[in-house]
Amino acid sequence: MEPFERVVDEHGPAVLRVCRTLVGPTDADDVWSETFIAAMRAYPRLRPASNVQGWLVTIAYRKAIDFIRKQRRVAVPVGDLPETRPGDALREPADDELRAALDALPDKQRAAVVYHHVAGLPYAEVGAVMGTNETAARRSAADGIANLRKSYSKGTKS
Amino acid sequence: MSAKLSHDARVVGDLAAIVPSATVADIDRLRNLLADRADQEGLLDVAYRTVDSPFGALLVAATDAGVVRVAFEREGHDAVLASLATAVSPRILRSGRRTDDVARELEDYFAGRRRAFEVAVDLRLARGFRRQVLSHLRDIAYGSTESYAAVAAAAGNPKAVRAAGSACSHNPVPVVVPCHRVVRSDGTLGQYGGGAEMKAALLAMESRAVDTLTAI
Repeated sequence: MEPFERVVDEHGPAVLRVCRTLVGPTDADDVWSETFIAAMRAYPRLRPASNVQGWLVTIAYRKAIDFIRKQRRVAVPVGDLPETRPGDALREPADDELRAALDALPDKQRAAVVYHHVAGLPYAEVGAVMGTNETAARRSAADGIANLRKSYSKGTKS
Repeated sequence: MSAKLSHDARVVGDLAAIVPSATVADIDRLRNLLADRADQEGLLDVAYRTVDSPFGALLVAATDAGVVRVAFEREGHDAVLASLATAVSPRILRSGRRTDDVARELEDYFAGRRRAFEVAVDLRLARGFRRQVLSHLRDIAYGSTESYAAVAAAAGNPKAVRAAGSACSHNPVPVVVPCHRVVRSDGTLGQYGGGAEMKAALLAMESRAVDTLTAI
């Protein structure tokens, strides 16, 4: 098993990209730290053949979604929530629109888009970490991008 | 169709663009915070750093019990970290906090300003007779030497001269535990993990410092 230091070196940047994409640059540091503390706690029990990057980005994804939900619980009175959509509480002016479109995606599509297009996992691994398969992962990511295109172009052309 | 595809490509590109790419400085900063927090939460089983010496960079690693490993450059620091991951724990991070004291003592020692190491030592990588030998080595005074035979006797087994030599050559914490002060009965220096030249240089430095003090 590799020293955890190597894991941080190799996968720290990809995890940071996932965190920044989902929660924005300001809060990404906290989510990155939560991710690696949780990973470090579990690391000695990780099975030897595991895909470490896939394992880490799924932890990061879950931590980011948890973070966003918690933020929203703090920010908005509970009864007013229409449906839980991560990220509504987080607004960085420059990338606001695309992130909002990403936030609005169904969870499966958002996860596939983030795992493949942001974290750089091949579709076969996206399928593995999502508990489906390569074909399903490819379809979810394509659907996600198509939906992003619709909501995103609406915004840019108006 | 092709317009749609290129638009998809633009969405993918924009997705990447909203995320400033992680710089080395970002990761360094986050890693330092991680090491501190992991230490506080009891998750940092091994902390390490490198220390410059006149004999090349030394890798110094510590558990919460003390210094567990000092490694010479020629051992290959990556290989040493990999073996620590197996022998102690894979929860290893570079971290100054736990290794600051030993780093300072090593720098002082190499500068001739320090004669004894005060930091705690964790001998978990040595067992049985080897461990007894290493415990005894800390009693050999700065500037003096002892033969492998004398060390074997002091560790409780006068016949185990070869085993005493083997304990010295496998010393996980050289310099701090001074195996360089153990020499052959015929007066020749014998081997050293950091190289025979380093052993000779350390003994010469120590004996010079002792002579200086005596002369005063």
